[in-house]
Amino acid sequence: MPRVEFWQGNVSLAYGALAAGCRFFGGYPITPSSEIAETMAEKLPTLNGRFIQMEDEIAGIAATIGGSVAGYKAMTATSGPGFSLKQENMGLAYMAEIPIVIVDVMRGGPSTGLPTSIAQQDVMQARWGSHGDHGTIAYAPSSVQECYEIAIKAFNMAERFRQPVLIMSDEVLGHMREKVVVPEEGSLPIVNRKRPTCDPGEFIPYKPDQADNLPPMASFGDGYRWHITGLTHNEWGFPTNCAEEIAKKCARLMDKVSAYRDDIVEYETESVDDAKIIVVAYGSVARTALSAVRQARKNGLKVGYFRPITLWPFPDREIETLAEKAGTVLVPELNFGQMVLEVERAIHGKAGVVQMSLVNGELFQPSEILKKIEEVAR
Amino acid sequence: MSDRYEIRFAGSGGQGVILAAVIVGEAAVIFEGLNAVQSQAYGPEARGGKSKSEVVISRGEIDYPKATTPDLQIILNQTSCDEFVPETRKGGIVIVDDTYVSAAPDADAEVYMLPIVKTAREKIGRELVTNMVALGVTARVLEVLRLMKPDSIKKAIMQRVPKGTEEMNERAFSEGYEMMKSKK
Repeated sequence: MPRVEFWQGNVSLAYGALAAGCRFFGGYPITPSSEIAETMAEKLPTLNGRFIQMEDEIAGIAATIGGSVAGYKAMTATSGPGFSLKQENMGLAYMAEIPIVIVDVMRGGPSTGLPTSIAQQDVMQARWGSHGDHGTIAYAPSSVQECYEIAIKAFNMAERFRQPVLIMSDEVLGHMREKVVVPEEGSLPIVNRKRPTCDPGEFIPYKPDQADNLPPMASFGDGYRWHITGLTHNEWGFPTNCAEEIAKKCARLMDKVSAYRDDIVEYETESVDDAKIIVVAYGSVARTALSAVRQARKNGLKVGYFRPITLWPFPDREIETLAEKAGTVLVPELNFGQMVLEVERAIHGKAGVVQMSLVNGELFQPSEILKKIEEVAR
Repeated sequence: MSDRYEIRFAGSGGQGVILAAVIVGEAAVIFEGLNAVQSQAYGPEARGGKSKSEVVISRGEIDYPKATTPDLQIILNQTSCDEFVPETRKGGIVIVDDTYVSAAPDADAEVYMLPIVKTAREKIGRELVTNMVALGVTARVLEVLRLMKPDSIKKAIMQRVPKGTEEMNERAFSEGYEMMKSKK
């Protein structure tokens, strides 16, 4: 019999990370993410892992990068203000190709904003927050069960592609408790980073394998020499001004996500086949949207539901196809309009886009989205 | 939504309303095999301020995780009473505490005014167990509605409370249960 738990989203996410093999956590507690750090602090020492509470958010991600370089699967967790502080070191992890998982349990902003209230205002920051170009992988779970499963997927992607992977949770999901059927050990695939197999003397740290265009990663202390820098570097890891080397490195950072886009993109739909309106929602808002769509269906309206599970890469082609058939897309978000821009980009004007914004620290109620669906249907 | 039963506990920070809803959720999921989602809303302060906690129980899938029109509300202070009672589902149940709420509110629901805080304070000797008395009251309501067995809630309480306090919490729970049983 699988184990059944009644966990908070944050706790479930932490247990998922442990099941993925996470053995290092560097962080700094911040509402509404603190339960992730608390769970890791309690459990990691019992699993021969390391938990370090650092002096601030910046040090938290710096330590996490260090933990990963030392060979551990590593994670940090934060919320808006900390996510802002971590952007610089996220850039380092993208450039140096260090796999880490970063959780942002979104609360209201800007600045310290609303510590105990939900928002979805960091989703564009997830894509564009750190300067320079890089491919982004960001998940948005919408149930406590999914927090567990996505934590594992996030580690799998980080380890496979050697880059930061983001989990964009939110205050409602992080704090709410819900039934979790804990997957049996071994029932979910676990990916570990590719290690060098060559003689240490022949190791070229950023030389990608031909098969997948991804370089294997050595751990510090393994005997493989490896120079790590945030400066644009050649295959040896040393700074370069050579146009050809620069172009190769920068393109490869983008290709990690674009070349494997179909392996990464995930989404969920309900009642889309004959829908005239499609509600696109993610995170906790998707729960409200699904409730509203089901009520609208009961009232005889042809409405469908589309939930991007990966915000980045965005399921653009999939939305485009459905939107063109439906004619109208409704996008409720707890911000003044962020992913709605991506929806507009995806559907190339082939359907009408109706935006719904709520920025008052609360989650949409089903009746609010239902009312909008009825308005649009008229 | 007919298979959904929404319960809301509301009061001021420190009265244990969040834990009360967590325990109902644990009882539902772990001991009754039901689905449940528990959520809360509170301010940044640890004590005082408004505190509200909800648990939605269902045999089926729960989409929207919060209460919209609660079937049962247990309300432990005046501010919450004024704000939340009007949201009660028509024909639902409202239980208010008679120490911190001045008069039984008007509602299109069954309204009970019960000495929840007084019982914790005087019969058990610790206002701290207010939420356990409230859980006893809740257990009786859920028993009458055939939604959950009181024993499931009691088991969930025993799993949660610190060692050495089991007896006190169990007494508080029983007092609440009997109090509601004398009414319903």
